[in-house]
Amino acid sequence: MPDDARGKGNRKDPPNDEAVLSARLQRLGERLATANRPSENDSGPRPSADASAFARGFRLSTELVGGVIAGAVIGWLLDRWLGTTPWGLIVFVLLGFAAGVLNVMRAAGVARERRLND
Amino acid sequence: MDPIHQFQITNLFPIGKIGNAEIAFTNSAAFMLVAVVGLTLFLVVGTAGGKEVPTRLQSAAELTYEFVANMLRSTAGHEGMRFFPFVFTIFMFVLTLNMLGLIPYGFTVTSHVIITATLALMVFFTVLGYGLIRHGFHFFNLFVPKGVPIYILPMIVAIEILSFISRPISHSVRLFANMLAGHIALKVFAGFIILLGGALGAIGWVGGVLPFAMIVALTALELLVAFLQAYVFAILTCIYLNDAIHPGH
Repeated sequence: MPDDARGKGNRKDPPNDEAVLSARLQRLGERLATANRPSENDSGPRPSADASAFARGFRLSTELVGGVIAGAVIGWLLDRWLGTTPWGLIVFVLLGFAAGVLNVMRAAGVARERRLND
Repeated sequence: MDPIHQFQITNLFPIGKIGNAEIAFTNSAAFMLVAVVGLTLFLVVGTAGGKEVPTRLQSAAELTYEFVANMLRSTAGHEGMRFFPFVFTIFMFVLTLNMLGLIPYGFTVTSHVIITATLALMVFFTVLGYGLIRHGFHFFNLFVPKGVPIYILPMIVAIEILSFISRPISHSVRLFANMLAGHIALKVFAGFIILLGGALGAIGWVGGVLPFAMIVALTALELLVAFLQAYVFAILTCIYLNDAIHPGH
């Protein structure tokens, strides 16, 4: 046990001994480092952390709006390029709404996050 | 009195021309420069000593490092730490700009959607680029969930792709809308004081205490929002980067 060794060392040597002091400092540093560092094993991702209810609420609302806007813009652009007015807009706004709902569910942790290989 | 006036871009001095568009050094650019120089000074001076027992400045600099490092580690895992410089820069840049905007007569750079959209697109293309380099076309499997019946797969893939594309939109709109709305609310309440005083004279000025109290409360709230939105922007960056890094479990 390193603690026992340190105890004996302290009794034998005077407490102002430089070598003992620096050795203890080093041990303390190592213990602090292992205590502060998150363990190497859990390097995987975790569910999204949340700041507060306020930030969470705002996040959810923008997720929904973002999906609808993305759908609307893509539908409108497709209509312009392909001349399919108004079908692209109609279809993609609906898909965008679905994407927005999916975003909200993911952000709220209800739906599973997308993953490769699963 | 105009609550939108605070967001006006003014040219300070011209730099040059690209095509017909004049490129000028604007007040927005000036505030960004102040933020970058201030941040650099803060971190360089703060970490210059490197003392075992940190000074106040060093302690603050180390706190910001620890904060961002923990955030990144907890969302994107250990491998995410290779993006630490990127996330740290984004977080500190946005936080400083948000805080600078709260200073009276200051200019809120992050209340312009062009700035937040640029930052969000930067994150978006980093995720896309890194994901493609790391996983190749396998990365696009992100859009094809397993175990979905073939007849609804095309629709699911379309929804997944739209959901991916909508990320930079919600990412940028959240920050910009929060800053814009908060600063407009402040200016509107400030305008009430002047309106009351002008319309009712002495009684109006006394009544102006009420909107003034509201401004004090709103300023405190804005301080919270300024930090929170920088935090949310950074943590979403981490979450998106996590998608590019981790191939699955």
